[in-house]
Amino acid sequence: MTKKGYYGEYGGQFIPELLMPTVNDVADAFNHYKDDADFKSELKDLFDNYANRPSLLYHAKNMSKELGGAQIYFKREDLNHTGAHKINNVLGQALIAKRMGKSRLIAETGAGQHGVATATAAALFGMEAEIFMGKEDTDRQALNVYRMKLLGAKVHAVDTGTMVLKDAVNATFQEWTKRIDDTFYVLGSAVGPYPFPEMVKYFQSIISEEAREQFLSQTGKLPDAVIAAVGGGSNAIGAFSKFISDQDVALIGVEAAGKGIHTTQTAATITNGTQGIFHGMKSKFLQSSDGQIDPVYSISAGLDYPGIGPEHAYLADIKRAQYVPITDDEAVQAFEYIARTEGIIAAIESSHAVAYAMKIAPNMRPDQQIMVNLSGRGDKDVAAIARYKGVEINE
Amino acid sequence: MVEKIETVLKHGKGFISFVVAGDPNFDKSADYIVALAEAGADVVEIGIAFSDPSADGETIMKADLRATAAGSTTRKVFELVEKVRQRTQVPLVFLTYTNPVFTYGYEAFLAKMKEYEVQGIIMPDLPLEEQAEFVALAEKYQRSFIQLVTLKSGNRIPDIVKHASGFVYVVSSLGITGTRQNLSTDAYELITQINQLTDVPTAVGFGVSQPDQVSQFSNAQAVIVGSAIVKIIAAHPFDAERYLTTFVKDMKAAW
Repeated sequence: MTKKGYYGEYGGQFIPELLMPTVNDVADAFNHYKDDADFKSELKDLFDNYANRPSLLYHAKNMSKELGGAQIYFKREDLNHTGAHKINNVLGQALIAKRMGKSRLIAETGAGQHGVATATAAALFGMEAEIFMGKEDTDRQALNVYRMKLLGAKVHAVDTGTMVLKDAVNATFQEWTKRIDDTFYVLGSAVGPYPFPEMVKYFQSIISEEAREQFLSQTGKLPDAVIAAVGGGSNAIGAFSKFISDQDVALIGVEAAGKGIHTTQTAATITNGTQGIFHGMKSKFLQSSDGQIDPVYSISAGLDYPGIGPEHAYLADIKRAQYVPITDDEAVQAFEYIARTEGIIAAIESSHAVAYAMKIAPNMRPDQQIMVNLSGRGDKDVAAIARYKGVEINE
Repeated sequence: MVEKIETVLKHGKGFISFVVAGDPNFDKSADYIVALAEAGADVVEIGIAFSDPSADGETIMKADLRATAAGSTTRKVFELVEKVRQRTQVPLVFLTYTNPVFTYGYEAFLAKMKEYEVQGIIMPDLPLEEQAEFVALAEKYQRSFIQLVTLKSGNRIPDIVKHASGFVYVVSSLGITGTRQNLSTDAYELITQINQLTDVPTAVGFGVSQPDQVSQFSNAQAVIVGSAIVKIIAAHPFDAERYLTTFVKDMKAAW
């Protein structure tokens, strides 16, 4: 970061005055506890004994052999408790909330994984949880809605705007302005006003911290490329973070192209977006020339977002990371491919990253290595994929 | 000659009204702004419809949707202001989220405001931490950047009012825009505190909708009414003039 909360020219704190004092309190608490020994040991204990960390670094030998190029490794965030990387950040933020004396967690969710993780932490810590989810996403991810309810959370279906992730973020910020004193907004993506992008990165960095050591101990060297799907960018920033200073490690973020980057049904923000100020941050957004935020589309509810975290916009500008689009069709093919070749059903979000690895691996040498961040498991997507393929299932 | 906001509000008992540009269409918006001014509104805020009005409640959100359906663009909003300026000299203030202004270009936007004699601008998502660049440009173009103070601002208040111009917008309640039956008396003390720090007039808003609420804020120079006016326009989209006139006169008389 250059000036407080900025990555180059991106970032900042573009939020109403009403929320500024509490957001600054969160920043102070984060900056204090991230270096606090008790806090760190409590978080480590939760990571190891509750969330099932460290997550495996798995050599996908069948896939590597079949594609005939680079060796592909999966960082298995899908094996975490609650089934995705989201739990890393939620446990960290919930612990900060607890230390700040907050008793109520609110959160947005797209695919539902972050909502489930937040509901889980609230159950564990004896806190209230209210989750805001776009009406369209509550329909396509109905199972996750029920999971959140089982965990004791209240789920609000957001029926304003385009009724997806960005509207859920709007609704959660609105809720925070109504009830501030006892409430902590657990933001799930690497977006929003400072300190959220920095805090999410800090807690998700465990992914690359572990992966870096695992690569060195399992293969004796670092990967040549790290690939992760990007919506807002939380799993990607976590997967990139500890490799950013390793200039020989290519960092590749995979955006959801939806039905294609030349259509309006896309969510490829770096590919098609322009600079703007929205959701508390200066970053890149899909928007009209008038600064109206575009409706976006992806088969993946988790990548269906018109913006991107400010550090990703910065990493793209300075060319430290590269951002590439993958369509719905390509992601679904990858989803099916790794199920058949590796026996792993990955989230449709993560399948975007797998799809890009399938494109580049054949052009690389067998002594080269690719890490794909398998950010979540795909159980939640099975029904939607069946629908996409025109298959009817009755549960 | 358009008067300065400070000048029209300094005598107190002021009334600031709000409409969304293009609700229900741009011709009627112009008529309603003129009607509000003629009925006695001291300042009229003109909202620019945004795709994601996250600080607004349902009433203004729906007005934004109607304006968007009527083809609202930044260019059309400036055309509206140009027409309104031929009919009234009431001070005008834009109320918009930061992104439409940022994408237009801060300086280009302020230059247009000066050209069409829009005196000020409220951007609820441009807090103290991020406003230095815009405030400097607003001074260059002699436009007022309206500062917001809330019940949570606490020790930030002196820094905020140091940059005040036009009026200080006192946010009377938590939450988002919308009409409320009961308003907290905490706002009264907040207004007193601000009045001690600055000569810039204070105007209180967020939830103010009825004449009997005005007396609660006798120490403010003006009240701001948004959602209640938008509701009148929603109920009478094509003939709201006389309802707006009655409402403004009742609110002014309540001081």
